[in-house]
Amino acid sequence: MKLSTEQLRQVALLARLRLTPEEEVVLATELDAILGYMDKLNELNSDHVEPFKHAIMGLNPLRDDQVTNHSDTESLLANAPDRDGTFFKVPKIIE
Amino acid sequence: MSLAQLTLHDAAEKLRKAEFTAVELAEAVYERIAETEPRVGAYLTLAHDKALEDAARADEMLKQNHGGPLLGIPLAIKDNFLTKGLRTTCASKILGDFIPPFDATVIGKIRSAGAVIIGKTNLDEFAMGSSAENSAFFPTHNPWNLERIPGGSSGGSAAAVAADECTAALGTDTGGSIRQPAACCGVVGLKPTYGRVSRYGIVAFASSMDQVGPITKDVRDSALLLEVIAGHDPADSTSVNSTVPAYSEMLAGDIKHVRIGVPKEYFASGVAVEVGDAVRKAIGELEKQGAVIEDISLPYTEYAVAVYYIVATAEASSNLARYDGMRYGYRANARDLLNTYTLSRAEGFGAEVKRRIMLGTYVLSAGYYDAYYLKAQKVRRLIKQDFEAAFKRCDVIATPTAPTTAFRLGEKIQDPLQMYLSDVCTISINLAGLPALSFPCGFDTDGMPIGMQLIGKHFDEATILRVAHCYEQSTPWHRRKPKLQD
Repeated sequence: MKLSTEQLRQVALLARLRLTPEEEVVLATELDAILGYMDKLNELNSDHVEPFKHAIMGLNPLRDDQVTNHSDTESLLANAPDRDGTFFKVPKIIE
Repeated sequence: MSLAQLTLHDAAEKLRKAEFTAVELAEAVYERIAETEPRVGAYLTLAHDKALEDAARADEMLKQNHGGPLLGIPLAIKDNFLTKGLRTTCASKILGDFIPPFDATVIGKIRSAGAVIIGKTNLDEFAMGSSAENSAFFPTHNPWNLERIPGGSSGGSAAAVAADECTAALGTDTGGSIRQPAACCGVVGLKPTYGRVSRYGIVAFASSMDQVGPITKDVRDSALLLEVIAGHDPADSTSVNSTVPAYSEMLAGDIKHVRIGVPKEYFASGVAVEVGDAVRKAIGELEKQGAVIEDISLPYTEYAVAVYYIVATAEASSNLARYDGMRYGYRANARDLLNTYTLSRAEGFGAEVKRRIMLGTYVLSAGYYDAYYLKAQKVRRLIKQDFEAAFKRCDVIATPTAPTTAFRLGEKIQDPLQMYLSDVCTISINLAGLPALSFPCGFDTDGMPIGMQLIGKHFDEATILRVAHCYEQSTPWHRRKPKLQD
């Protein structure tokens, strides 16, 4: 297996995903097969190849730093799972 | 013949001649939807009332003889484009009741051009899949055979076009998600050059490859829609600031001396015999019309699937980090912040999305970054260089769009790696940022459509459209309609 159960749980924590024990079993098998397939890339020597950066452009385009705030805050807040007036209401962050 | 069957260019011409009204056209489309949608399942949300209002407004403008090129045209939109005030789910439970506060740039463009948005179409959740079976809501069925997949991820858009449940549609393509469903459903699908069309307001999947494009009933419609949606957008710094050609005016003319490269790697084992034969026959037809055929090689093709599923999942794991259940989207009830994150995401995302987030997080994680992500980015450059070398010898490259015709619902859903390998003919093009068009080139013995893919040089959509248009003029495939019987 490419990933131990412990590694799998660590990756899930990094990804902020809670996995059920059944999902852990299935994912371990599936990721093993997929990562095994990706080992195909090791057939290639790419030591002197510059990694790909962008399909088209060479430069990072810049733009003027102008404030373009969305004017309709109500439509933004309307999607909030929980709110208090014009505030997003979230679980307690600081213990 | 129902008005719903018309191509975009026919409908636009007849609307201008006042042969019927935009309201009549929209009503014909909704009648067709009422008739066929219970079997096809192409739409997640219909915008009936708003669409008829927009159609009535289009009729007013038609009377005054002004308005844009899509005035009164009924379009279907994949449900990963933000549409102001119209639910946008990405076929995910995590965005199940999300109402966008603004329009994607492309949606603004088609609205300004006068289009009538009929509804939002089904897809694989977050555009991750090749069969539209990964939708959190329901699978879409292929209008040519209801037991087959419509392809994915833009399966709803392709099925809606094939079933005449719209005049034309928009989709997105990260690894083949416009072209493969277009091939499966016997319609025309174009993935423009990376940077040709703004991605602003498209739900991000893999930002270095995502591109918006048209799914249409013929090649002329593809050119007309591309003309409207293409162009620089200050809100998308990867959209390129160059003039948009009048693609629909560049379709005419012969294809004498156009050099068509045929890469042997795309006709290797794994490609169904009938698919390979149909594509080779189509290439023969192009040769008859004056094109010059060149045998070429793209030697790194066999590594593309591995590269793609590293790069795409890495980008997806970053892009999907925003679904945290705080400002919008699904939030689970949990005892503290960390558990709110992990449980909201566990309950909100489907199996394929979780699989890709896990893969992407793993290949970017400390200790594995060099072995997977960096390695993939190096091989990605080699794949791009393959095309650069090939395009010194040819103007366009011809291949099958998919190795097989549409497979059966359920056939590959339990085996993610097999599903990934069905993208083998389309993903290199996204890795290299090139434009590519899929169009019908025949049918197999089961009556399923076969798609041919033409790949162009960066920003040379005009040539692939012209070659495909030339082929279309001398072949009947694009005019065939599915019977849509149970």
